[in-house]
Amino acid sequence: MTDTASRAPIQLRTPGTDVRGTVGPWSSYLTGFVLAAALTAASFWLATGHMLTPASLVAALVVLAIGQMLVHLIFFLHITTAPAQKTNILALLVTLLIIGLMVIGSLWIMSQLNVHMMPMDRLMQMQR
Amino acid sequence: MSVMQMASGEHAPARYHPATRFGVTGFGFYVYLLSDAILFSALFAIFAVLKGATAGGPGAQALFDVKNVGWETACLLTSSFVGGLAMLAAEARRRLPLILSLGAVFLLGLGFLSLEIHEFLGMIHAGAGPDRSAFLSAFFALVGAHGLHITVGLVWIILLLIHVQTMGFSASYRRRLFCFSLFWHVLDIVWIAIFTFVYLLGVQS
Repeated sequence: MTDTASRAPIQLRTPGTDVRGTVGPWSSYLTGFVLAAALTAASFWLATGHMLTPASLVAALVVLAIGQMLVHLIFFLHITTAPAQKTNILALLVTLLIIGLMVIGSLWIMSQLNVHMMPMDRLMQMQR
Repeated sequence: MSVMQMASGEHAPARYHPATRFGVTGFGFYVYLLSDAILFSALFAIFAVLKGATAGGPGAQALFDVKNVGWETACLLTSSFVGGLAMLAAEARRRLPLILSLGAVFLLGLGFLSLEIHEFLGMIHAGAGPDRSAFLSAFFALVGAHGLHITVGLVWIILLLIHVQTMGFSASYRRRLFCFSLFWHVLDIVWIAIFTFVYLLGVQS
């Protein structure tokens, strides 16, 4: 343990506080801008045209939205998978887990309640 | 290496760098923004649940204007890009490009906000205010929360412009501008979710 630690060439830093690469070269902002603009234009083009079936349009828009968010994270916020950014990535993943639980859980529970709820007119009759 | 060895100073990790203030503040602000994302996801969940609860009032198809949303998106995306250029100008300590790019971010943000306020006022005048239905309450809560964040960002830009004029490029300036750029980029990410799930998918159903 001591041997490997003393031989390790990496520079240790407090987790999550590595800010190297947070300000990328201007080419990274330009790449991100062009990519994000192209994906956004594709979203609007697909949504206003009528070339896809409703189900495939939903899938396409969701994929395009995720793509745009990734472009923003990578080219604007400069979040990478570098070991130095491990804590940033972990915090992001935990946040995504919470968001997933909240959104999917809410939709699931509310749709179940909706399905199992007595029709409103019969509920009103019972209360009289 | 054991804790005892570390405490006694044996084999002390010589390569360990203490965190910089820039790094700590940046990371703390990043964690705040993640919690802000959770707040927005709660509003998204509410909107998704109440989407169909129009109570006989106007629905998404009758209310939303995709062209207006397109202009709002263009304003915000361009301002996010120019915000990145402002960061680069500050790193190079070039005052005029910084002021020009921050000013451009402000104007684009203002353009976005005025389009949004125009849309909100139009809806309220048409009798589709937040009190009309659960769907509209959820819509105004979600999109309004994003608009409030943008408003705070605009005030922040004014403060940053005053700061660079009066105190120049200090260490605190670099830190604050970095936090602002994180804030602005994350607001753009939230907007991606809003225009996709609220507007573009809203007008389909």
